[in-house]
Amino acid sequence: MRITCPHCGERGNEEFAYLGDATVRRPDDAGAARPGAPEFERWMDYVYLRDNPAGRHRELWQHVHGCRAWLVVTRDISTHAIFSVEDARAAALARPSLVARDAAS
Amino acid sequence: MTRSETPSPLPFRLPAGGLIDRSTEIRFSFDGRSYAGHPGDTLASALLANGVRLVGRSFKYHRPRGLLSAGPEEPNGLVELRAGARREPNTRATVAELYDGLEATSQNRWPSLRFDLMSLNQLAAPILSAGFYYKTFMWPAALWEKLYEPMIRRAAGLGRAAEAPDPDRYEKATAHCDVLVVGGGPAGLAAALAAARTGARVILADEDFRLGGRLLAEAQTIDGRPALEWAALAEAELEAAPEVRIFRRTTVFGAYDHGAYGAVERVNDHVATPPAYEPRQRLWRFVAERCVLAAGAIERPLVFPGNDRPGVMLAGAVRTYAHRYGVAAGREAVVFSTGDDALRTARELAAGGVTVAAWVDARREPPDALREAVQELGAPFYPDGAITAVHGRTSIQAVDIRTPLFQTTLECDLVAMSGGWSPTLHLTSHLGGRPVWDEALGAYRPGAPPPGMSVAGAAAGGMTLRECLATGGRLGLEAARAAGFEGTDAPPPVAWPESAAAATLWRGPTGKGKAFVDFQNDVTDADLELAEREGYRSVEHAKRYTTLGMATDQGKTSGVNAVGILAGLRGQGMAETGTTTFRPPYTPVSFGAMGGHHRGKEFRPTRRTAAHAWAAEQGASFVESGVWLRAEWFTRPGETDWMQSCAREVATVRGAVGICDVSTLGKIDIQGPDAAALLDRLYTGTFSTLPVGRARYGLMLREDGFVFDDGTTARLGAEHYLMTTTTANAGKVMQHIEFALQWLWPELDAQAVSVTEQWAQFAVAGPRSRELLARVVAEDVSNEAVPFMAALPVTLPGGVRGRLFRISFSGELAYEIGAPSSYGEALARALMEAGRDLGVAPYGLEALNVMRIEKGHVAGGELNGQTTARDLGLQKMVSTKKDFIGRVMAQRPALVAPDRPALVGWKSADPSVRVSAGAHFLDVGAAASMENDLGYVTAAAWSAHAGGWIGLGLMKHGPERIGETVRAWDAVRGRDTPVTLCAPCFYDPQGERLRG
Repeated sequence: MRITCPHCGERGNEEFAYLGDATVRRPDDAGAARPGAPEFERWMDYVYLRDNPAGRHRELWQHVHGCRAWLVVTRDISTHAIFSVEDARAAALARPSLVARDAAS
Repeated sequence: MTRSETPSPLPFRLPAGGLIDRSTEIRFSFDGRSYAGHPGDTLASALLANGVRLVGRSFKYHRPRGLLSAGPEEPNGLVELRAGARREPNTRATVAELYDGLEATSQNRWPSLRFDLMSLNQLAAPILSAGFYYKTFMWPAALWEKLYEPMIRRAAGLGRAAEAPDPDRYEKATAHCDVLVVGGGPAGLAAALAAARTGARVILADEDFRLGGRLLAEAQTIDGRPALEWAALAEAELEAAPEVRIFRRTTVFGAYDHGAYGAVERVNDHVATPPAYEPRQRLWRFVAERCVLAAGAIERPLVFPGNDRPGVMLAGAVRTYAHRYGVAAGREAVVFSTGDDALRTARELAAGGVTVAAWVDARREPPDALREAVQELGAPFYPDGAITAVHGRTSIQAVDIRTPLFQTTLECDLVAMSGGWSPTLHLTSHLGGRPVWDEALGAYRPGAPPPGMSVAGAAAGGMTLRECLATGGRLGLEAARAAGFEGTDAPPPVAWPESAAAATLWRGPTGKGKAFVDFQNDVTDADLELAEREGYRSVEHAKRYTTLGMATDQGKTSGVNAVGILAGLRGQGMAETGTTTFRPPYTPVSFGAMGGHHRGKEFRPTRRTAAHAWAAEQGASFVESGVWLRAEWFTRPGETDWMQSCAREVATVRGAVGICDVSTLGKIDIQGPDAAALLDRLYTGTFSTLPVGRARYGLMLREDGFVFDDGTTARLGAEHYLMTTTTANAGKVMQHIEFALQWLWPELDAQAVSVTEQWAQFAVAGPRSRELLARVVAEDVSNEAVPFMAALPVTLPGGVRGRLFRISFSGELAYEIGAPSSYGEALARALMEAGRDLGVAPYGLEALNVMRIEKGHVAGGELNGQTTARDLGLQKMVSTKKDFIGRVMAQRPALVAPDRPALVGWKSADPSVRVSAGAHFLDVGAAASMENDLGYVTAAAWSAHAGGWIGLGLMKHGPERIGETVRAWDAVRGRDTPVTLCAPCFYDPQGERLRG
């Protein structure tokens, strides 16, 4: 595989480390999340529940043998076609805040 | 090498022709016998020239086998090449380039190739049929390990691996190009030329030692002159083009994502010993914008009784041996074909003086032009015919021919068979593309090739030379254009029309004797019938049940025939029956090439600390610890055992002062306005309240609630912390922090950088450590100035700025002192010099371990990824007032269950009996069973202080059972020792010494 790091350019996949699903979001209500509470279930999902779509997916990779930036790679899991590679920190800063998300839902 | 004017003629070498250097004779040996050959020969062609027909024994039945092919698809002619440490098993003689002094040995025969006792397996054939692994040897089960498996292993098999380390070197390299052309035959050469003329960077790779492909193997004309002249001109033009690289002897074995291709270049397989500083093989990664696959086609055998006898060969191979190598594969040949292509073989044989005794055509109505052409050669022509038996065992004596009109037996010693050609489309299916059956072609064509790849010539099903030249040129230009280059269309070179007409015949009439489909794994048509009968309906299941296509040749000659036979058995078409797919590698790749130079000392970098030389001078024995080399102990004169050295080192630290290099612990410098907030989220404890100039022990969890790592982190300034990690987890913790800063909490204004390699650090431990430090450090180091857990900058000899931390792993009054790495060795020497009259000595990992066990500090054995803070008795370090990684999941009921194994200390009742880590705790009198298992010993040490073997362990209800006696049961070492449970601290439980 070849991954185009937004900072370093196209590199072989041996320079990268794979983590997984970039669509899950760490909750921020640790204080309320006691076993049995609904908040706790959301934490369980965050830690353990992953979609495995046969198609386009957003994944976290790290250019660990390069600039060490964490990256969000949008990739087709079936064909390995890569659609975009973003800097993870920039993508994370662009996320809506959890408070805003909760208010919307 | 000897040059002689008149080399002695070899029995099957044609008087003229061939691309061999007849003026030079080279010698080689096969099964210990010496033979002659010429440069340009392969081992296979030279053996045939010498009349050696029998080259191996088959895998299962030990049937005598000869060469089937002249290329990489060879299933039979596998040999052990070279000898001693360079011995390479399962090498195909058909692609082994001959060199002077080559040594080859046949495989899978005992005691000799001609007389093989194991061929008795043929008598046992009824029990060795398809699926025999699963059926025959099931009962009694006890016999499987003792009898059946060893017996089968001895009887069946391939070559022997070398028994000594490979003395040769292997390399890995990467090359980038715009257009990669795989295959140097007419299509590949045309593609490379067209691409090169646009100025694109072109890589042309061919597995052969000579470019030309089929042009080497048969008489062809291009642009009105011999085709090889055209090939030579093309090669010269490519050689001269500045952006073209030609890789000969290079097999592109795999297609990978995003234009990456794997290839192995046999740099020095054609010489006995590689020249100095040159590798034997080089593993390439080609990164290509576009790829043109021009890999040609592989001829299919026909399936008829006795089709595996030495002397039954593929028709294309027979003409390759004649045309390219000047070798007659026999004296009297019968052609058995389903198509017109074998006519070139008949002509080549006739031209070489070989009698063509008959043409047996499986088609009911073969073309008249073919009949006439065959009859011109003086050979009888039998349409609608088949060979129904082959007489002879280690060579052919005669064949039975049957047509609807008559039956005859014909004397001959060679059968040239052709069941049609299958495109070599392997690389198109490596990324999941499924080949598509083409009824008109009588073969599978490439399905959707990987992005960026196009397929030219015979690999795409265009079997004639005209099509090869035309598609090669067109696709080469298209590939270059797609990569951003411009070029003009040019008419392809002119080649004569030829007929590639062929029918398919998956199976001839059955008769007496086995008809093989997969020669290498000894799978017959009857085995496929059996699989079908037993319900293995899917091709994939039938393949696995019969092992068809699963040998080292990966079914190159057998896969399509098998699908055809299964289709026939079911009365359905090829497309409904299935397809064959392929995975890398196309041909076997040696482990040596895969490993490259990463072996032995070069397996990974050797990392030494700054003071390594000093430690070596002190008598250190080093051990790999994480990625580093660390001193285990320091041997003093007179010490004969590591435990003696370790015990002395412990006594030194407990009684005077010792020095330990702790530079390998991970050190991460964290700065910024939000550094404190970050640490609060990484650690279970609170670091925002840590005063500047102080250090604190921190425990880190994973998000799933288990302990990840621990270490001491100091606050050097309001916005500046220095974190330490364990040696093993230094890299992982760094990654974890980067993840937290970049993804979890990007709003935090903090930066982290690893400074592990920038700082050398030494523990100075023992009652006299302060006295020693006072002589080295310029500042006041009194208990008031540097209290327990203080962290401060200090001035070292020469004005070097260092850091001092008052922390203790040993339980003694202790410090860690840091200096920039370049001063690390000088600092170690300065400490030793300053402590000479105090009795200072270096101590290693073993002594460190003894002292941490005596103090009950957890380390690798306890921080095993399966323990919680509660398990380790560290629950009081877990804050309930803030969010931190792992907080929520650590509350899960199973992680706080009261019967989880928890940290406990133990002491052996009998000091003379050793207890080792890994021993299981059992109640006295309890049987050693899973149900009775209470936990296990995580750490053990001989403690002079405790006067016996002590240690730590994880045990169910351990902390509640302190004072009780249980057993440490060690099945591996055969020990069963009573131990008394105690609190996990054996030394100075109040911590008075380290605060003193």
